Amino acid sequence: MSHGPSAPGVAASAHAHDAPYEPVFTPGSARSKELADLITRYPDKRAALLPALWMVQNDRGWISEAAMMEVGDQLGCTAAYVKGVVTFYTMYHQHPVGKHFIQVCTTSPCLCAGADKVVEAFLEHTGCKELGLTSADGRYTVIEVECLGACGFATPVQINEDYVENVTPEKVPEILAGLP
Amino acid sequence: MGYPHKSHPRETPILSKHFGEPEARTLEGWKARGGYKALAQALHMEPVAIQEIVKASGLRGRGGAGFPTGLKWSFMKIGDGKPHYLCANADESEPGTFKDREIMRWTPHALIEGCAIAAHAIGAETAYIYIRGEFTEPINVMEAALVEARAAGIIGKNAMGSGRRVDVWVHKGAGAYICGEETALMNSLEGKRGNPRIKPPFPAVSGLFGMPTTINNVETLAAVPHILNNGAEWYKAMCLSNPKSTGSKLYSVCGNVAKPGNYEVVMGFSFKEFLYDLCGGPLPGRKFKALIPGGSSVPTITIEEAEATIMDYEGFVAQGTMLGSGGVIVFDDAQSMPRQLARIARFYAHESCAQCTQCREGTAWMTKILERIVAGEGTFEDLDTIFDLSEAMTGKTICVLSDSCGAPVVSGITKFRGEFEALIKGRRSSTVAVGAR
Ligand SMILES: Cc1cc2nc3c(=O)[nH]c(=O)nc-3n(C[C@H](O)[C@H](O)[C@H](O)COP(=O)(O)O)c2cc1C
Ligand code: SF4
Ligand code: FES
Repeated sequence: MSHGPSAPGVAASAHAHDAPYEPVFTPGSARSKELADLITRYPDKRAALLPALWMVQNDRGWISEAAMMEVGDQLGCTAAYVKGVVTFYTMYHQHPVGKHFIQVCTTSPCLCAGADKVVEAFLEHTGCKELGLTSADGRYTVIEVECLGACGFATPVQINEDYVENVTPEKVPEILAGLP
Repeated sequence: MGYPHKSHPRETPILSKHFGEPEARTLEGWKARGGYKALAQALHMEPVAIQEIVKASGLRGRGGAGFPTGLKWSFMKIGDGKPHYLCANADESEPGTFKDREIMRWTPHALIEGCAIAAHAIGAETAYIYIRGEFTEPINVMEAALVEARAAGIIGKNAMGSGRRVDVWVHKGAGAYICGEETALMNSLEGKRGNPRIKPPFPAVSGLFGMPTTINNVETLAAVPHILNNGAEWYKAMCLSNPKSTGSKLYSVCGNVAKPGNYEVVMGFSFKEFLYDLCGGPLPGRKFKALIPGGSSVPTITIEEAEATIMDYEGFVAQGTMLGSGGVIVFDDAQSMPRQLARIARFYAHESCAQCTQCREGTAWMTKILERIVAGEGTFEDLDTIFDLSEAMTGKTICVLSDSCGAPVVSGITKFRGEFEALIKGRRSSTVAVGAR
């Protein structure tokens, strides 16, 4: 479960805390239609909550209090209820994060393959220095993650949506150089 | 296995036969490999008849507990007038386990077919495949396969022209190991926090949306079409030892081993041959030391115990551990067991949903003590405290996550006590050297 909000960091201004929130599910929008379709899959529309939050995070980069209110309105629950759900799961960002969100698995099977050294290499080469902080240029945030379900390809690293497998410290500069 | 290595001649690739073949992901490619014949047949059978075949096959749940699948299905009261649901558990987050990911990303139609058959067999018109949020690639592959299956009328309002409705949907999780626990999964799917529910009521009585529900692991469901195609006797015959364990099983092997990956062998295979022959033995210059054979939630065993193990549900129990999810974590002589077990405890502390005091406090406390020992600041009393804690954490909580934290740790301390004592003694001598603090 999520242990408190992800650490705040310096972020690209488009995602910043103080920027006004632009609703995702405006009437007639593609997202609005997508959500309406999704709701028909379930006998209770609240079941579309996790998917709706995914849409917001996808479009806005993170889930703000205003977003929680919007999603709550769409699905007939309070913003406080939505917040309770958001804070349970580790993948919803409650603060802006770097353009490339880098998650290194360090759970035991990966640890015994040297995952701790991979974390160090990412912290060094991204300039993030500390876990959970975003680099000064807003490009990177590095965190440790629990088992990614790819333990046979140690060390797996998730960069935004994608897995990169069999990562060693030596490969880190090349991986970073390959990111847009 | 087929991916990332070629299948070993001693494997029995049934579920993994088409791993690594991109064409198997498409509907056409899947049909060319015999896909959807079992479903076509099943849709014209009575649900109870399917349950009976699965019962006779001896198939047991591959998600961890090994509960007989046909028996589980028979708890669903067909014709009670209520909507029934099937949930495919694709939350796969147990450390050491990465087999369901391969099933989904190489053979998505195998899971869809298994879901559709199982749904019909329990009187459900809707199945949800709950996939952990991190699994972007498997989710995309599954979604693409579902689009194809729906467009071809294999699933939907009138599945394969049978007049029966079978809908299958993917539902994406958002990061929480606990959502693999079946009642937490149902809460999560309903748009709630993923807290496990108190049982009873059991899911077959009141599950998803308060309706009768069956939850099965991905691997369990993927085995079902093969059983219908080839018969219960064929499946039952895949058994080298105890007749209560039948069929083929996918093992994920990771850690300090020459060839990590997924391997599929029949029940009753020798663990020694498995480790040294199929998995290539230890890394050059190293020796195997310890294993956690069923995902991180089961007791730790020594390599000597592992070499004496028969790979089936009963065989692992006979060595004081469990088959669990089939996620084999291997540690060699270069690893520090205190460090690895501390990291495992930290996993459980991080993943506890925090509803139960014993679990919330116990997992955190156990982690703190173990990390203290690893840092060279532990005491002999700390070891006793861990044993007491584990006892207080076992059998007393809403779900078994709490028990799972103590299982590998306590057995690990018992079997590798010397490593813990060396760290503790190291502290003592340094204290003496530095003087009284
Ligand atoms: C903490 C916890 C995590 C679990 N995680 C998973 C999981 O990721 N996948 C899974 O199939 N079963 C998992 N299980 C077991 C499920 O609760 C359930 O027994 C299983 O999905 C039933 O399917 P089966 O009968 O086909 O094995 C977990 C159980 C617990 C207590
Ligand atoms: S045992 Fe732990 S994870 Fe399970 S319900 Fe209790 S607090 Fe949550
Ligand atoms: S432990 Fe790292 S992916 Fe499973």
